[in-house]
Amino acid sequence: MLPRSLRIALARASACAALLAALAWSLPAQSAGLKSALKDLGSDDTDRLMSAIDLLGNSGDPAALPILQAYRDETLRTARDGRVFVLSKDGKQAFDPVSRETVPAEGLPLAAPFVSNRVRRALAPAIASLALVSPDVSARASAAEELSKRASPEDAARIRTALAREAVPDIRKTLLAALARLDLNSPERAVRLAAIQLVEAEGDVQLKVDLLRLTATREDGSFVEPDAGIRAAAVSAMKAMDQRQKFVNLFANLLYGLSLGSVLLLTALGLAITFGLMGVINMAHGEMLMLGAYTAYAMQNLFRSALPGAFDYYVLAALPAAFAVCAAVGVLLERGVLRFLYGRALESLLATWGISLILIQTVRLVFGAQNVTVTNPAWLSGGYTAFPGLVLPWSRIAIVLLGLVVVALVSLLLQRTALGLQVRAVTQNRTMAAAIGVRTARVDMWTFAFGSGIAGIGGVALSQLGNVGPELGQSYIVDSFMVVVLGGVGKIAGSVAGAMGLGILAKYLEPFTDAVLGKIILLALIVLFIQKRPQGLFAPKGRAVEG
Amino acid sequence: MRGILHGVAALHRPRGWIVLGVLCLAGLVGLPLLNGMTPPAAWYHVPAFAVPLLGKFFCYGIVALAMDLIWGYTGILSLGHGVFFALGGYAMGMHLMRNIGKEGVYRSDLPDFMVFLDWKELPWFWYGFDSFWFAASMALLVPAALAYVFGYFAFRSRIRGVYFSIITQALTFAAMLLFFRNNTGFGGNNGLTDFKRLLGYSLQEPSTKVALYLISGAALVLAYLACRAIVGSKLGRVLTAIRDAESRVMFSGYNPLHYKLFAWTVSALLCGLAGALYVPQVGIVNPSEMQTSNSIEMAIWVAVGGRGTLVGAVLGAVLVNGAKSVFTVQWPQAWLFVLGGLFVFVTLFLPKGLLGIGERLGALRKLAARRMRAQGRPQTPERSAALSAVSAAKPHHE
Repeated sequence: MLPRSLRIALARASACAALLAALAWSLPAQSAGLKSALKDLGSDDTDRLMSAIDLLGNSGDPAALPILQAYRDETLRTARDGRVFVLSKDGKQAFDPVSRETVPAEGLPLAAPFVSNRVRRALAPAIASLALVSPDVSARASAAEELSKRASPEDAARIRTALAREAVPDIRKTLLAALARLDLNSPERAVRLAAIQLVEAEGDVQLKVDLLRLTATREDGSFVEPDAGIRAAAVSAMKAMDQRQKFVNLFANLLYGLSLGSVLLLTALGLAITFGLMGVINMAHGEMLMLGAYTAYAMQNLFRSALPGAFDYYVLAALPAAFAVCAAVGVLLERGVLRFLYGRALESLLATWGISLILIQTVRLVFGAQNVTVTNPAWLSGGYTAFPGLVLPWSRIAIVLLGLVVVALVSLLLQRTALGLQVRAVTQNRTMAAAIGVRTARVDMWTFAFGSGIAGIGGVALSQLGNVGPELGQSYIVDSFMVVVLGGVGKIAGSVAGAMGLGILAKYLEPFTDAVLGKIILLALIVLFIQKRPQGLFAPKGRAVEG
Repeated sequence: MRGILHGVAALHRPRGWIVLGVLCLAGLVGLPLLNGMTPPAAWYHVPAFAVPLLGKFFCYGIVALAMDLIWGYTGILSLGHGVFFALGGYAMGMHLMRNIGKEGVYRSDLPDFMVFLDWKELPWFWYGFDSFWFAASMALLVPAALAYVFGYFAFRSRIRGVYFSIITQALTFAAMLLFFRNNTGFGGNNGLTDFKRLLGYSLQEPSTKVALYLISGAALVLAYLACRAIVGSKLGRVLTAIRDAESRVMFSGYNPLHYKLFAWTVSALLCGLAGALYVPQVGIVNPSEMQTSNSIEMAIWVAVGGRGTLVGAVLGAVLVNGAKSVFTVQWPQAWLFVLGGLFVFVTLFLPKGLLGIGERLGALRKLAARRMRAQGRPQTPERSAALSAVSAAKPHHE
């Protein structure tokens, strides 16, 4: 067995060679065959007309496609000298597809070719087979797509010819699928078997239906497929496809879990740090997510109206903007309310809850109570096809990367900067830090602003995943607190482990139960977990005493 | 028997009993009379809608008592009392659903939502709710049992402070999601509603409403006396000690687990009682009762009135909900600002609530009077007591 990449390369090379050979072979034939066929298009004799269409359809000549399409659209005109013209929309210009000349239609002795239902029926497959070998990739792709949806047994030969020439992998795949679907109904046992193997190796989930039909029974109990060997092959092929689907889901869930975890992490980081530092619980932290998401919404609208050319980059502008907005709100919150509540966690919980109500209502009055839509920029929409059946959305990949970057920044900030040193000092012992000259009030303020800003960035990330509404933060705050409980206070590693663990576990539980039961199971697990490790995953070592 | 009477009488000084008696008389006799026996046009007439509204407030008052018992006296801030309240309400609601009989929209023996979901028979957990006494006991026992199990695991591993609050909030959130599901079997999003009668009395009748109001009021008074008895007992003193210095309580040889668990379970049971009385008066119970915001609001009732006073809790519940009724009708947009502002203002400026204002004023006046008289005299025990009362009025650290 050759490596996959080498096989693909070989297949491409041979397909190119076949294409070249076919072109070289068709060139001399073009002049004689095509000319008489074009002349026959003007004939009144349906039989001659039909054979001309057939000939054109099988010619593989790129020029034949626009002719037949024009015939279908009834813009084709024939001249008595055997030339054909395609009329322009307004009917004033005539285009000769063979010589590629455009001439005024007026004065030319033009006649519309004969059209009947029989002709129309003949035109469709001829156009399809011409499109299959057209040099235009998108025309080939749509033709192949069309064929895979409704291929009749007569198309088999055409698909095989196209396959021999085709080099683009996506189109090859579509064609193979169409062929396999046809071959599954072939009277030849070997062909059916080969088709099953092909479906097993290449086919996507849609083809499972066709396999399923092979194993079905009729009303009288007899099998649709008489051959037991084929039935067994179909069953094992389906099993293999299911296996692969499971594998695909495994990966997809991993990414979904990681991206959920990243959002949780961006929220929980600020919570964990400020709780460790100041002993206050910020229930309004979820609203920072919401404010960040609305900043993204505002940025989107701003770019749409002021800078439509740079619309795709509004997200990049939204990130610092959301950070700034939320950090500013955080400073106000800290200076205005929380600094009076240091060490009184329960009171701070209630006061910040009140703040969150005020923030929600303010946003409701400013932006309306309805959800708003934040459009993904082009470079974040769509996804990366990792392998057949697995599409990883770019937005989720970007969120995971964003989470990584932010965590790296935060840990750099905490470990390598003066502010970080002071934060750690105040977290460990506020009085002692103050005694040796750390301006604790200022440290508190900056840390709080920073934590809120990170949540704002998380909000921008969240805006790329779904709708944005005033209650956005409420649905994440409970989970973020769970991360803090799991991960312990003031430890980045704990927050990362807690967030990712929670996110991934939630996504893996969902298929087995539903989302709600999954949440309840998670809660039960967390309560049980705290039985063993009341201080969280990464408890501070040493003589840390509760307050 | 005489011992019990003596014990009850000792709950209050004579003056307190007189005030309580007057309040009971006014609320439980006077108000229904003003509603039923006066001409509707008179200024002193109590309109019909006010009776179930006040009955609702009485239920909230019971919840506030429960909250004060666990938060004000034991120092445990629960953000899960909405679940216990709703569970009590659901138990009563299930009984009321079964009481509809075949008068539902679908004329089926099953509750309408089950017919709608195409269920063929009653799920097992609905058995027994045909009986009022079964449903009533479930309204108390289910919240208490949930609280006991949850509290056992939480307190055993010494989850305390905000950690406990956060865990209870997660419990609330999970419970709400669970009840929102249609398949859970409690009517999903719409909950239980369209009740017809209770114990044979139509719920639409004004007399039934007055009766429910009276029962709620009586339950509030009884709950108050029970809480007063608990906090005045030796047990109550241990609870207060746990609030103020749990470690010292442990070092003195007490195991806080059982004390906390007792207060927590009693508190949940009271909430269940309140929920069971609440549902027939409002005519509906649905999962929105379990919203996390509802549970936090219960804390602000207590905080507004004054923590650790019981009376303040009831007062706060009535005041906040009265304000809510006014605002949500008159200025619906402004209510969340008021409520949010209340959370901030009370925690920052009124750590002992409304009752704290009077207490502080009284202490200041006493202090001033003493100072006038005691000029030049050495420190007396009364004076230091007054001083400590002033310092106690300042926010204490948890």
